[in-house]
Amino acid sequence: MNPNRNAFMDVLFKNITRAFAFFVFILLAAIMVSLIYGSRESISTFGLGFLWSDEWNPVTNQYGALVPIIGTLVTSLVALVIAVPVSFGIAMFLTELSPAWLRRPLGTAIEMLAAIPSIIYGMWGLFVFVPLFQEYIQPNVIALFEPIPVLNHVFAGPPFGIGVFTAGLILSVMVIPFITAVMRDVFELVPPLLKESAYGLGGTTWEVVWKVVLPYTKHGVIGGIMLGLGRALGETMAVTFVIGNAFNLPQSIFAPSNSIASALANEFNEAGGMQKSALLELGLILFLITTIVLALSKVLLLRLSKAEGSSR
Amino acid sequence: MLALSLVALAFGLFWLFWIILTLLVKGAGALSLSLFLESTPPPGGQGGLLNAILGSVMMAAVGTLIGTPIGILAGTFLAEYGKRGWLAPATRFLNDVLLSAPSIIIGLFIYAVYVAQVGHYSGWAGALALAILVIPVVVRSTDNMLLLVPNSLREAAAALGCPQWRIVTKICYRAAISGIITGVLLAIARIAGETAPLLFTALNNQFLSGNMNAPMANLPVVIFQYAASPFKDWNDLAWAGAVLITLLVLAINIAARALFRK
Repeated sequence: MNPNRNAFMDVLFKNITRAFAFFVFILLAAIMVSLIYGSRESISTFGLGFLWSDEWNPVTNQYGALVPIIGTLVTSLVALVIAVPVSFGIAMFLTELSPAWLRRPLGTAIEMLAAIPSIIYGMWGLFVFVPLFQEYIQPNVIALFEPIPVLNHVFAGPPFGIGVFTAGLILSVMVIPFITAVMRDVFELVPPLLKESAYGLGGTTWEVVWKVVLPYTKHGVIGGIMLGLGRALGETMAVTFVIGNAFNLPQSIFAPSNSIASALANEFNEAGGMQKSALLELGLILFLITTIVLALSKVLLLRLSKAEGSSR
Repeated sequence: MLALSLVALAFGLFWLFWIILTLLVKGAGALSLSLFLESTPPPGGQGGLLNAILGSVMMAAVGTLIGTPIGILAGTFLAEYGKRGWLAPATRFLNDVLLSAPSIIIGLFIYAVYVAQVGHYSGWAGALALAILVIPVVVRSTDNMLLLVPNSLREAAAALGCPQWRIVTKICYRAAISGIITGVLLAIARIAGETAPLLFTALNNQFLSGNMNAPMANLPVVIFQYAASPFKDWNDLAWAGAVLITLLVLAINIAARALFRK
Protein backbone atom coordinates (compact mmCIF):
# COMPACT_ATOMS: atom_id res chain seq x y z
CA MET A 1 0.00 0.00 0.00
CA ASN A 2 0.98 3.59 -0.53
CA PRO A 3 3.14 4.68 2.46
CA ASN A 4 1.60 8.17 2.49
CA ARG A 5 -1.85 6.74 2.76
CA ASN A 6 -0.77 4.51 5.63
CA ALA A 7 0.80 7.40 7.50
CA PHE A 8 -2.44 9.34 7.04
CA MET A 9 -4.56 6.42 8.22
CA ASP A 10 -2.32 5.94 11.24
CA VAL A 11 -2.84 9.52 12.34
CA LEU A 12 -6.55 9.40 11.51
CA PHE A 13 -7.23 6.16 13.39
CA LYS A 14 -5.29 7.25 16.44
CA ASN A 15 -7.13 10.56 16.59
CA ILE A 16 -10.54 8.98 16.11
CA THR A 17 -9.93 6.68 19.05
CA ARG A 18 -8.55 9.63 21.03
CA ALA A 19 -11.67 11.66 20.29
CA PHE A 20 -13.92 8.89 21.62
CA ALA A 21 -11.74 8.42 24.70
CA PHE A 22 -12.07 12.14 25.28
CA PHE A 23 -15.84 11.83 24.88
CA VAL A 24 -15.92 9.24 27.69
CA PHE A 25 -13.58 11.49 29.69
CA ILE A 26 -15.92 14.48 29.55
CA LEU A 27 -19.13 12.46 30.02
CA LEU A 28 -19.02 12.64 33.82
CA ALA A 29 -18.36 16.38 33.72
CA ALA A 30 -21.21 16.84 31.24
CA ILE A 31 -23.59 14.97 33.54
CA MET A 32 -22.58 17.16 36.46
CA VAL A 33 -22.92 20.41 34.48
CA SER A 34 -26.36 19.43 33.17
CA LEU A 35 -27.58 18.60 36.69
CA ILE A 36 -26.25 21.88 38.11
CA TYR A 37 -27.87 23.78 35.25
CA GLY A 38 -31.18 21.96 35.72
CA SER A 39 -31.25 22.67 39.46
CA ARG A 40 -30.12 26.33 39.33
CA GLU A 41 -33.57 27.59 40.40
CA SER A 42 -33.62 25.40 43.48
CA ILE A 43 -29.98 26.11 44.35
CA SER A 44 -30.48 29.87 44.22
CA THR A 45 -33.80 29.76 46.16
CA PHE A 46 -32.92 27.38 48.99
CA GLY A 47 -29.14 27.75 49.11
CA LEU A 48 -27.20 25.45 51.40
CA GLY A 49 -30.21 25.13 53.74
CA PHE A 50 -31.57 22.64 51.18
CA LEU A 51 -29.21 20.07 52.67
CA TRP A 52 -30.61 20.11 56.21
CA SER A 53 -34.25 21.09 55.76
CA ASP A 54 -36.60 18.15 56.28
CA GLU A 55 -39.55 19.83 54.63
CA TRP A 56 -40.83 18.53 51.29
CA ASN A 57 -44.05 20.30 50.48
CA PRO A 58 -45.22 20.74 46.89
CA VAL A 59 -48.18 22.86 48.13
CA THR A 60 -46.09 25.59 49.72
CA ASN A 61 -43.21 24.94 47.29
CA GLN A 62 -40.74 24.38 50.13
CA TYR A 63 -38.18 21.67 49.53
CA GLY A 64 -35.36 20.19 51.57
CA ALA A 65 -33.14 17.18 51.03
CA LEU A 66 -32.63 15.93 54.58
CA VAL A 67 -35.18 13.08 54.53
CA PRO A 68 -34.05 11.45 51.28
CA ILE A 69 -30.38 11.95 52.17
CA ILE A 70 -30.85 10.26 55.56
CA GLY A 71 -32.98 7.53 53.97
CA THR A 72 -30.32 6.86 51.32
CA LEU A 73 -27.51 6.72 53.87
CA VAL A 74 -29.39 4.55 56.39
CA THR A 75 -30.57 1.98 53.83
CA SER A 76 -27.04 1.74 52.41
CA LEU A 77 -25.61 1.37 55.91
CA VAL A 78 -28.04 -1.47 56.70
CA ALA A 79 -27.08 -3.07 53.38
CA LEU A 80 -23.36 -2.91 54.18
CA VAL A 81 -23.78 -4.24 57.73
CA ILE A 82 -25.40 -7.35 56.25
CA ALA A 83 -23.48 -7.65 52.99
CA VAL A 84 -19.89 -7.18 54.19
CA PRO A 85 -19.64 -10.20 56.52
CA VAL A 86 -21.62 -12.36 54.09
CA SER A 87 -19.44 -11.36 51.13
CA PHE A 88 -16.34 -11.97 53.21
CA GLY A 89 -17.56 -15.46 54.08
CA ILE A 90 -18.41 -16.27 50.47
CA ALA A 91 -15.10 -14.94 49.15
CA MET A 92 -13.27 -16.88 51.83
CA PHE A 93 -15.07 -20.06 50.93
CA LEU A 94 -14.46 -19.65 47.22
CA THR A 95 -10.75 -18.84 47.52
CA GLU A 96 -9.59 -20.92 50.50
CA LEU A 97 -12.00 -23.66 51.44
CA SER A 98 -14.04 -24.81 48.48
CA PRO A 99 -13.10 -27.93 46.51
CA ALA A 100 -11.74 -26.79 43.14
CA TRP A 101 -14.59 -28.28 41.10
CA LEU A 102 -17.20 -26.33 43.07
CA ARG A 103 -15.56 -22.91 42.66
CA ARG A 104 -16.79 -22.09 39.19
CA PRO A 105 -20.47 -23.08 39.54
CA LEU A 106 -20.81 -21.45 42.96
CA GLY A 107 -18.95 -18.34 41.84
CA THR A 108 -21.20 -18.04 38.79
CA ALA A 109 -24.32 -18.51 40.92
CA ILE A 110 -23.28 -15.64 43.20
CA GLU A 111 -22.50 -13.49 40.15
CA MET A 112 -26.02 -14.17 38.87
CA LEU A 113 -27.34 -12.19 41.84
CA ALA A 114 -25.88 -9.15 40.11
CA ALA A 115 -27.50 -10.08 36.80
CA ILE A 116 -31.09 -10.10 38.08
CA PRO A 117 -32.56 -6.70 37.15
CA SER A 118 -33.24 -4.34 40.01
CA ILE A 119 -36.95 -4.08 39.22
CA ILE A 120 -37.27 -7.84 39.75
CA TYR A 121 -35.78 -7.49 43.22
CA GLY A 122 -38.24 -4.73 43.99
CA MET A 123 -41.29 -6.57 42.72
CA TRP A 124 -40.30 -9.81 44.40
CA GLY A 125 -39.54 -7.91 47.61
CA LEU A 126 -42.91 -6.17 47.71
CA PHE A 127 -45.12 -9.11 46.74
CA VAL A 128 -43.28 -12.12 48.18
CA PHE A 129 -40.86 -11.05 50.87
CA VAL A 130 -42.75 -8.18 52.52
CA PRO A 131 -45.94 -10.11 53.42
CA LEU A 132 -43.97 -12.98 54.99
CA PHE A 133 -41.63 -10.60 56.78
CA GLN A 134 -44.52 -8.54 58.10
CA GLU A 135 -46.47 -11.49 59.38
CA TYR A 136 -43.87 -13.87 60.78
CA ILE A 137 -40.56 -12.11 61.41
CA GLN A 138 -41.13 -8.44 62.13
CA PRO A 139 -43.57 -8.80 65.11
CA ASN A 140 -41.22 -11.28 66.76
CA VAL A 141 -38.20 -9.04 66.31
CA ILE A 142 -40.10 -6.06 67.70
CA ALA A 143 -41.26 -8.15 70.70
CA LEU A 144 -37.75 -9.51 71.21
CA PHE A 145 -36.15 -6.06 71.54
CA GLU A 146 -39.07 -4.53 73.45
CA PRO A 147 -37.48 -4.84 76.94
CA ILE A 148 -33.99 -3.73 75.86
CA PRO A 149 -33.31 0.02 76.14
CA VAL A 150 -31.96 1.82 73.03
CA LEU A 151 -32.57 -1.23 70.84
CA ASN A 152 -36.32 -0.99 71.49
CA HIS A 153 -36.23 2.38 69.73
CA VAL A 154 -34.14 1.08 66.85
CA PHE A 155 -36.48 -1.87 66.26
CA ALA A 156 -39.76 -0.14 67.11
CA GLY A 157 -43.03 -1.11 65.38
CA PRO A 158 -45.62 -1.07 63.97
CA PRO A 159 -44.81 -3.89 61.53
CA PHE A 160 -45.57 -2.45 58.09
CA GLY A 161 -43.36 -4.91 56.27
CA ILE A 162 -42.07 -2.17 54.01
CA GLY A 163 -39.57 0.35 55.37
CA VAL A 164 -35.92 1.21 55.77
CA PHE A 165 -34.81 -2.21 56.99
CA THR A 166 -36.53 -4.13 54.18
CA ALA A 167 -34.95 -1.80 51.62
CA GLY A 168 -31.54 -2.29 53.25
CA LEU A 169 -31.92 -6.07 53.31
CA ILE A 170 -32.80 -6.26 49.61
CA LEU A 171 -29.96 -3.85 48.80
CA SER A 172 -27.59 -6.10 50.71
CA VAL A 173 -28.49 -9.07 48.49
CA MET A 174 -27.93 -6.86 45.43
CA VAL A 175 -24.45 -5.66 46.46
CA ILE A 176 -23.17 -9.01 47.78
CA PRO A 177 -21.98 -10.13 44.31
CA PHE A 178 -20.03 -6.89 43.76
CA ILE A 179 -18.25 -6.96 47.12
CA THR A 180 -17.63 -10.70 46.81
CA ALA A 181 -16.11 -10.34 43.34
CA VAL A 182 -13.60 -7.70 44.50
CA MET A 183 -12.74 -9.67 47.65
CA ARG A 184 -12.16 -12.84 45.62
CA ASP A 185 -9.90 -10.98 43.21
CA VAL A 186 -7.79 -9.39 45.91
CA PHE A 187 -7.57 -12.56 48.04
CA GLU A 188 -6.14 -14.34 45.04
CA LEU A 189 -3.38 -11.72 44.84
CA VAL A 190 -1.90 -12.88 48.14
CA PRO A 191 1.34 -14.72 47.32
CA PRO A 192 0.92 -18.44 48.10
CA LEU A 193 4.32 -18.30 49.81
CA LEU A 194 2.94 -16.04 52.55
CA LYS A 195 -0.07 -18.26 53.21
CA GLU A 196 1.96 -21.46 53.09
CA SER A 197 4.46 -20.08 55.58
CA ALA A 198 1.63 -19.23 57.96
CA TYR A 199 0.09 -22.68 57.53
CA GLY A 200 3.54 -24.20 57.98
CA LEU A 201 3.86 -22.46 61.33
CA GLY A 202 0.69 -24.25 62.40
CA GLY A 203 -1.83 -21.48 61.70
CA THR A 204 -5.49 -22.40 61.37
CA THR A 205 -7.44 -21.24 58.32
CA TRP A 206 -8.98 -18.51 60.44
CA GLU A 207 -5.59 -17.28 61.65
CA VAL A 208 -4.13 -17.30 58.16
CA VAL A 209 -7.07 -15.32 56.80
CA TRP A 210 -7.26 -12.87 59.70
CA LYS A 211 -3.54 -12.26 60.20
CA VAL A 212 -2.05 -12.76 56.73
CA VAL A 213 -4.65 -12.46 53.97
CA LEU A 214 -6.67 -9.54 55.37
CA PRO A 215 -3.71 -7.31 56.34
CA TYR A 216 -2.16 -7.92 52.92
CA THR A 217 -5.37 -7.03 51.07
CA LYS A 218 -6.92 -4.41 53.36
CA HIS A 219 -6.93 -1.60 50.78
CA GLY A 220 -8.56 -3.86 48.23
CA VAL A 221 -11.15 -5.10 50.70
CA ILE A 222 -12.08 -1.55 51.70
CA GLY A 223 -12.17 -0.62 48.01
CA GLY A 224 -14.60 -3.47 47.40
CA ILE A 225 -16.81 -2.35 50.27
CA MET A 226 -16.83 1.20 48.90
CA LEU A 227 -17.82 -0.16 45.48
CA GLY A 228 -20.74 -1.94 47.14
CA LEU A 229 -21.65 1.27 48.96
CA GLY A 230 -21.59 3.21 45.70
CA ARG A 231 -23.94 0.66 44.16
CA ALA A 232 -26.29 0.67 47.14
CA LEU A 233 -26.54 4.47 47.31
CA GLY A 234 -27.81 4.82 43.75
CA GLU A 235 -30.02 1.74 43.52
CA THR A 236 -33.45 2.88 42.41
CA MET A 237 -36.17 0.44 41.48
CA ALA A 238 -35.68 -2.17 44.21
CA VAL A 239 -35.75 0.52 46.90
CA THR A 240 -38.70 2.34 45.35
CA PHE A 241 -40.90 -0.73 45.75
CA VAL A 242 -40.18 -1.43 49.41
CA ILE A 243 -39.05 1.74 51.22
CA GLY A 244 -42.57 3.15 51.60
CA ASN A 245 -41.94 6.50 49.91
CA ALA A 246 -42.91 8.60 52.92
CA PHE A 247 -41.23 11.96 53.31
CA ASN A 248 -40.62 11.38 57.03
CA LEU A 249 -37.40 10.96 58.93
CA PRO A 250 -37.35 7.27 59.91
CA GLN A 251 -38.16 7.00 63.62
CA SER A 252 -37.03 3.38 63.72
CA ILE A 253 -35.37 0.97 61.37
CA PHE A 254 -38.76 -0.53 60.44
CA ALA A 255 -40.37 2.83 59.58
CA PRO A 256 -41.12 3.85 56.00
CA SER A 257 -38.98 6.66 54.62
CA ASN A 258 -37.60 7.72 51.25
CA SER A 259 -34.31 7.65 49.39
CA ILE A 260 -33.01 10.11 46.80
CA ALA A 261 -33.33 7.64 43.95
CA SER A 262 -36.84 6.53 44.88
CA ALA A 263 -38.02 10.13 45.35
CA LEU A 264 -36.80 10.80 41.81
CA ALA A 265 -38.46 7.69 40.40
CA ASN A 266 -41.78 8.52 42.03
CA GLU A 267 -42.08 12.26 41.62
CA PHE A 268 -39.99 13.45 38.70
CA ASN A 269 -42.47 12.84 35.89
CA GLU A 270 -45.36 14.53 37.71
CA ALA A 271 -43.28 17.43 38.97
CA GLY A 272 -43.01 20.88 37.43
CA GLY A 273 -41.25 24.16 38.07
CA MET A 274 -39.55 24.41 41.43
CA GLN A 275 -40.26 20.79 42.38
CA LYS A 276 -38.51 19.53 39.24
CA SER A 277 -35.58 21.77 39.97
CA ALA A 278 -35.41 20.53 43.57
CA LEU A 279 -35.52 16.91 42.35
CA LEU A 280 -32.67 17.62 39.92
CA GLU A 281 -30.72 19.04 42.85
CA LEU A 282 -31.40 15.79 44.75
CA GLY A 283 -30.02 13.96 41.73
CA LEU A 284 -26.96 16.21 41.79
CA ILE A 285 -26.39 15.40 45.48
CA LEU A 286 -26.72 11.67 44.79
CA PHE A 287 -24.33 11.94 41.85
CA LEU A 288 -21.74 13.81 43.94
CA ILE A 289 -21.93 11.32 46.83
CA THR A 290 -21.68 8.23 44.61
CA THR A 291 -18.90 9.72 42.48
CA ILE A 292 -16.82 10.48 45.58
CA VAL A 293 -17.44 7.02 47.05
CA LEU A 294 -16.66 5.23 43.78
CA ALA A 295 -13.55 7.35 43.16
CA LEU A 296 -12.28 6.52 46.67
CA SER A 297 -12.96 2.85 46.00
CA LYS A 298 -10.98 3.04 42.76
CA VAL A 299 -8.05 4.82 44.45
CA LEU A 300 -7.87 2.13 47.14
CA LEU A 301 -7.95 -0.67 44.56
CA LEU A 302 -5.25 1.03 42.48
CA ARG A 303 -3.08 1.36 45.56
CA LEU A 304 -3.37 -2.38 46.12
CA SER A 305 -2.30 -3.24 42.59
CA LYS A 306 0.71 -0.92 42.94
CA ALA A 307 1.74 -2.54 46.22
CA GLU A 308 1.44 -5.92 44.58
CA GLY A 309 3.80 -4.82 41.82
CA SER A 310 6.50 -3.66 44.25
CA SER A 311 8.98 -6.22 45.49
CA ARG A 312 8.61 -7.15 49.08
CA MET B 1 -14.49 -20.99 59.79
CA LEU B 2 -15.82 -23.47 57.27
CA ALA B 3 -19.22 -23.43 58.94
CA LEU B 4 -19.39 -19.64 58.97
CA SER B 5 -18.47 -19.27 55.33
CA LEU B 6 -20.93 -22.01 54.39
CA VAL B 7 -23.64 -20.04 56.19
CA ALA B 8 -22.64 -16.93 54.22
CA LEU B 9 -22.74 -18.86 50.97
CA ALA B 10 -26.11 -20.36 51.84
CA PHE B 11 -27.41 -16.85 52.62
CA GLY B 12 -26.43 -15.66 49.14
CA LEU B 13 -27.74 -18.70 47.27
CA PHE B 14 -30.96 -18.74 49.32
CA TRP B 15 -32.14 -15.42 47.82
CA LEU B 16 -31.12 -16.40 44.30
CA PHE B 17 -33.11 -19.62 44.38
CA TRP B 18 -36.05 -18.05 46.17
CA ILE B 19 -36.34 -15.28 43.57
CA ILE B 20 -35.98 -17.63 40.60
CA LEU B 21 -38.45 -20.08 42.11
CA THR B 22 -41.01 -17.31 42.70
CA LEU B 23 -40.62 -16.11 39.13
CA LEU B 24 -41.12 -19.60 37.73
CA VAL B 25 -44.19 -20.27 39.89
CA LYS B 26 -45.87 -16.89 39.36
CA GLY B 27 -44.78 -16.36 35.78
CA ALA B 28 -45.23 -19.83 34.34
CA GLY B 29 -49.02 -19.50 34.59
CA ALA B 30 -48.96 -16.10 32.93
CA LEU B 31 -46.79 -17.13 29.99
CA SER B 32 -48.80 -17.73 26.85
CA LEU B 33 -48.66 -17.10 23.15
CA SER B 34 -50.89 -14.03 23.44
CA LEU B 35 -48.08 -12.29 25.35
CA PHE B 36 -46.21 -11.99 22.08
CA LEU B 37 -49.21 -11.29 19.87
CA GLU B 38 -51.24 -8.64 21.70
CA SER B 39 -50.50 -5.24 23.14
CA THR B 40 -50.96 -4.11 26.73
CA PRO B 41 -54.68 -4.06 27.59
CA PRO B 42 -56.81 -1.36 29.22
CA PRO B 43 -57.65 -2.06 32.89
CA GLY B 44 -59.68 -5.24 33.23
CA GLY B 45 -59.01 -6.41 29.68
CA GLN B 46 -57.01 -9.25 28.28
CA GLY B 47 -53.82 -8.62 26.39
CA GLY B 48 -50.15 -9.21 25.99
CA LEU B 49 -46.85 -7.41 26.01
CA LEU B 50 -46.17 -7.08 22.28
CA ASN B 51 -45.75 -3.28 22.30
CA ALA B 52 -43.47 -3.44 25.33
CA ILE B 53 -41.32 -6.20 23.87
CA LEU B 54 -41.03 -4.37 20.54
CA GLY B 55 -40.10 -1.10 22.27
CA SER B 56 -37.55 -2.77 24.52
CA VAL B 57 -35.91 -4.59 21.62
CA MET B 58 -35.77 -1.45 19.45
CA MET B 59 -34.35 0.77 22.18
CA ALA B 60 -31.85 -1.84 23.34
CA ALA B 61 -30.75 -2.41 19.74
CA VAL B 62 -30.29 1.28 18.98
CA GLY B 63 -28.61 1.85 22.34
CA THR B 64 -26.18 -0.98 21.68
CA LEU B 65 -25.52 0.19 18.12
CA ILE B 66 -24.67 3.70 19.37
CA GLY B 67 -22.76 2.67 22.48
CA THR B 68 -20.69 -0.22 21.13
CA PRO B 69 -18.58 1.63 18.51
CA ILE B 70 -17.95 4.51 20.92
CA GLY B 71 -16.94 2.06 23.62
CA ILE B 72 -14.70 -0.05 21.38
CA LEU B 73 -12.89 2.97 19.92
CA ALA B 74 -12.40 4.61 23.31
CA GLY B 75 -11.19 1.30 24.76
CA THR B 76 -8.81 0.93 21.81
CA PHE B 77 -7.24 4.28 22.63
CA LEU B 78 -6.78 3.30 26.29
CA ALA B 79 -5.11 0.00 25.48
CA GLU B 80 -3.18 0.75 22.29
CA TYR B 81 -2.24 4.44 22.45
CA GLY B 82 -2.52 5.15 26.16
CA LYS B 83 0.96 4.26 27.30
CA ARG B 84 1.94 7.91 27.42
CA GLY B 85 -0.02 11.01 28.33
CA TRP B 86 -2.68 11.86 30.88
CA LEU B 87 -5.82 11.13 28.87
CA ALA B 88 -5.78 7.33 29.03
CA PRO B 89 -5.26 6.88 32.79
CA ALA B 90 -7.72 9.67 33.58
CA THR B 91 -10.34 8.23 31.23
CA ARG B 92 -9.83 4.73 32.61
CA PHE B 93 -10.44 6.08 36.11
CA LEU B 94 -13.54 8.09 35.19
CA ASN B 95 -14.90 5.21 33.11
CA ASP B 96 -14.78 2.95 36.14
CA VAL B 97 -16.72 5.56 38.11
CA LEU B 98 -19.22 5.86 35.26
CA LEU B 99 -19.58 2.06 35.21
CA SER B 100 -21.12 2.07 38.69
CA ALA B 101 -22.84 5.48 38.56
CA PRO B 102 -26.55 5.26 39.42
CA SER B 103 -28.53 4.57 36.27
CA ILE B 104 -31.30 6.95 37.34
CA ILE B 105 -28.78 9.80 37.08
CA ILE B 106 -28.16 8.84 33.45
CA GLY B 107 -31.92 9.13 32.95
CA LEU B 108 -31.90 12.62 34.50
CA PHE B 109 -28.95 13.60 32.29
CA ILE B 110 -30.69 12.58 29.06
CA TYR B 111 -33.87 14.24 30.31
CA ALA B 112 -31.99 17.50 30.87
CA VAL B 113 -30.00 17.52 27.61
CA TYR B 114 -32.52 15.91 25.25
CA VAL B 115 -36.10 15.49 26.50
CA ALA B 116 -36.34 18.96 28.05
CA GLN B 117 -34.89 20.55 24.91
CA VAL B 118 -37.06 18.64 22.42
CA GLY B 119 -40.11 18.98 24.65
CA HIS B 120 -41.40 15.40 24.61
CA TYR B 121 -40.47 11.91 25.78
CA SER B 122 -39.26 9.61 23.04
CA GLY B 123 -37.79 6.26 22.14
CA TRP B 124 -34.65 8.02 20.90
CA ALA B 125 -34.08 9.51 24.35
CA GLY B 126 -34.47 6.06 25.91
CA ALA B 127 -32.00 4.59 23.42
CA LEU B 128 -29.50 7.38 24.19
CA ALA B 129 -29.77 6.72 27.92
CA LEU B 130 -29.16 3.01 27.32
CA ALA B 131 -26.20 3.84 25.04
CA ILE B 132 -24.56 5.76 27.88
CA LEU B 133 -24.94 2.66 30.07
CA VAL B 134 -23.41 0.47 27.34
CA ILE B 135 -20.33 2.64 26.82
CA PRO B 136 -18.45 2.08 30.12
CA VAL B 137 -19.01 -1.70 30.03
CA VAL B 138 -17.64 -1.96 26.48
CA VAL B 139 -14.74 0.44 27.18
CA ARG B 140 -13.70 -1.63 30.17
CA SER B 141 -13.85 -5.00 28.42
CA THR B 142 -12.20 -3.76 25.19
CA ASP B 143 -9.39 -2.16 27.19
CA ASN B 144 -8.80 -5.28 29.29
CA MET B 145 -8.98 -7.68 26.36
CA LEU B 146 -6.62 -5.67 24.15
CA LEU B 147 -4.12 -5.48 27.01
CA LEU B 148 -4.17 -9.28 27.14
CA VAL B 149 -3.04 -9.55 23.50
CA PRO B 150 0.65 -10.49 23.65
CA ASN B 151 3.01 -7.76 22.49
CA SER B 152 4.96 -10.25 20.39
CA LEU B 153 2.02 -10.33 17.96
CA ARG B 154 2.19 -6.56 17.51
CA GLU B 155 5.97 -6.64 17.17
CA ALA B 156 5.89 -9.42 14.62
CA ALA B 157 3.41 -7.48 12.48
CA ALA B 158 5.38 -4.25 12.85
CA ALA B 159 8.55 -6.06 11.79
CA LEU B 160 6.79 -7.13 8.60
CA GLY B 161 6.08 -3.46 7.87
CA CYS B 162 2.45 -3.34 8.93
CA PRO B 163 1.28 0.16 9.86
CA GLN B 164 -0.09 0.57 13.36
CA TRP B 165 -3.75 1.07 12.45
CA ARG B 166 -3.64 -2.22 10.51
CA ILE B 167 -2.02 -3.92 13.48
CA VAL B 168 -4.86 -2.80 15.72
CA THR B 169 -7.71 -3.55 13.34
CA LYS B 170 -6.38 -6.73 11.71
CA ILE B 171 -4.45 -8.36 14.52
CA CYS B 172 -5.35 -7.06 17.96
CA TYR B 173 -9.11 -6.96 17.33
CA ARG B 174 -9.01 -10.49 15.94
CA ALA B 175 -7.07 -11.80 18.90
CA ALA B 176 -9.40 -10.10 21.37
CA ILE B 177 -12.70 -10.57 19.53
CA SER B 178 -14.30 -13.11 21.87
CA GLY B 179 -13.56 -10.93 24.90
CA ILE B 180 -14.93 -7.83 23.20
CA ILE B 181 -18.12 -9.65 22.18
CA THR B 182 -18.47 -10.89 25.76
CA GLY B 183 -18.33 -7.28 26.91
CA VAL B 184 -21.03 -6.26 24.43
CA LEU B 185 -23.23 -9.17 25.51
CA LEU B 186 -22.84 -8.21 29.17
CA ALA B 187 -23.74 -4.64 28.26
CA ILE B 188 -26.90 -5.84 26.50
CA ALA B 189 -27.78 -7.96 29.53
CA ARG B 190 -27.36 -4.90 31.71
CA ILE B 191 -29.57 -2.57 29.66
CA ALA B 192 -32.25 -5.21 29.04
CA GLY B 193 -33.53 -4.90 32.59
CA GLU B 194 -32.80 -1.24 33.28
CA THR B 195 -35.89 0.66 34.36
CA ALA B 196 -34.71 3.84 36.02
CA PRO B 197 -33.07 5.50 32.97
CA LEU B 198 -36.20 4.87 30.85
CA LEU B 199 -38.67 6.41 33.29
CA PHE B 200 -37.75 9.99 32.36
CA THR B 201 -36.80 9.35 28.73
CA ALA B 202 -38.95 6.79 26.91
CA LEU B 203 -41.81 6.90 29.44
CA ASN B 204 -44.42 4.40 28.24
CA ASN B 205 -46.98 3.93 25.52
CA GLN B 206 -50.25 2.05 25.76
CA PHE B 207 -50.28 1.20 22.06
CA LEU B 208 -48.17 -0.70 19.58
CA SER B 209 -45.81 1.79 18.01
CA GLY B 210 -42.50 1.59 16.19
CA ASN B 211 -42.09 5.37 16.19
CA MET B 212 -38.86 6.17 17.99
CA ASN B 213 -39.73 9.85 18.06
CA ALA B 214 -42.71 9.33 20.37
CA PRO B 215 -43.03 7.91 23.90
CA MET B 216 -42.27 4.22 23.66
CA ALA B 217 -43.50 1.20 25.61
CA ASN B 218 -40.82 -0.95 27.17
CA LEU B 219 -40.89 -4.04 29.37
CA PRO B 220 -39.27 -2.66 32.54
CA VAL B 221 -41.52 0.41 32.83
CA VAL B 222 -44.62 -1.68 32.00
CA ILE B 223 -43.61 -4.09 34.78
CA PHE B 224 -43.14 -1.15 37.16
CA GLN B 225 -46.52 0.37 36.40
CA TYR B 226 -48.49 -2.88 36.18
CA ALA B 227 -46.98 -4.41 39.32
CA ALA B 228 -48.12 -1.41 41.36
CA SER B 229 -51.62 -1.39 39.88
CA PRO B 230 -54.73 -2.76 41.61
CA PHE B 231 -55.85 -4.88 38.63
CA LYS B 232 -55.12 -8.59 38.75
CA ASP B 233 -54.74 -8.94 34.95
CA TRP B 234 -52.10 -6.21 35.00
CA ASN B 235 -50.27 -7.84 37.92
CA ASP B 236 -50.17 -11.14 36.02
CA LEU B 237 -48.76 -9.39 32.98
CA ALA B 238 -46.11 -7.77 35.19
CA TRP B 239 -45.05 -11.19 36.47
CA ALA B 240 -44.97 -12.57 32.94
CA GLY B 241 -42.77 -9.67 31.86
CA ALA B 242 -40.55 -10.21 34.89
CA VAL B 243 -40.01 -13.85 33.94
CA LEU B 244 -39.23 -12.95 30.33
CA ILE B 245 -36.64 -10.33 31.30
CA THR B 246 -34.98 -12.41 34.00
CA LEU B 247 -34.67 -15.51 31.83
CA LEU B 248 -33.30 -13.42 28.98
CA VAL B 249 -30.76 -11.63 31.16
CA LEU B 250 -29.58 -14.81 32.89
CA ALA B 251 -29.32 -16.60 29.52
CA ILE B 252 -27.21 -13.79 28.02
CA ASN B 253 -24.96 -13.78 31.07
CA ILE B 254 -24.38 -17.51 30.92
CA ALA B 255 -23.85 -17.42 27.14
CA ALA B 256 -21.32 -14.59 27.52
CA ARG B 257 -19.37 -16.59 30.08
CA ALA B 258 -19.42 -19.71 27.92
CA LEU B 259 -18.20 -17.72 24.91
CA PHE B 260 -15.40 -16.11 26.88
CA ARG B 261 -14.12 -19.42 28.21
CA LYS B 262 -13.67 -20.84 24.73
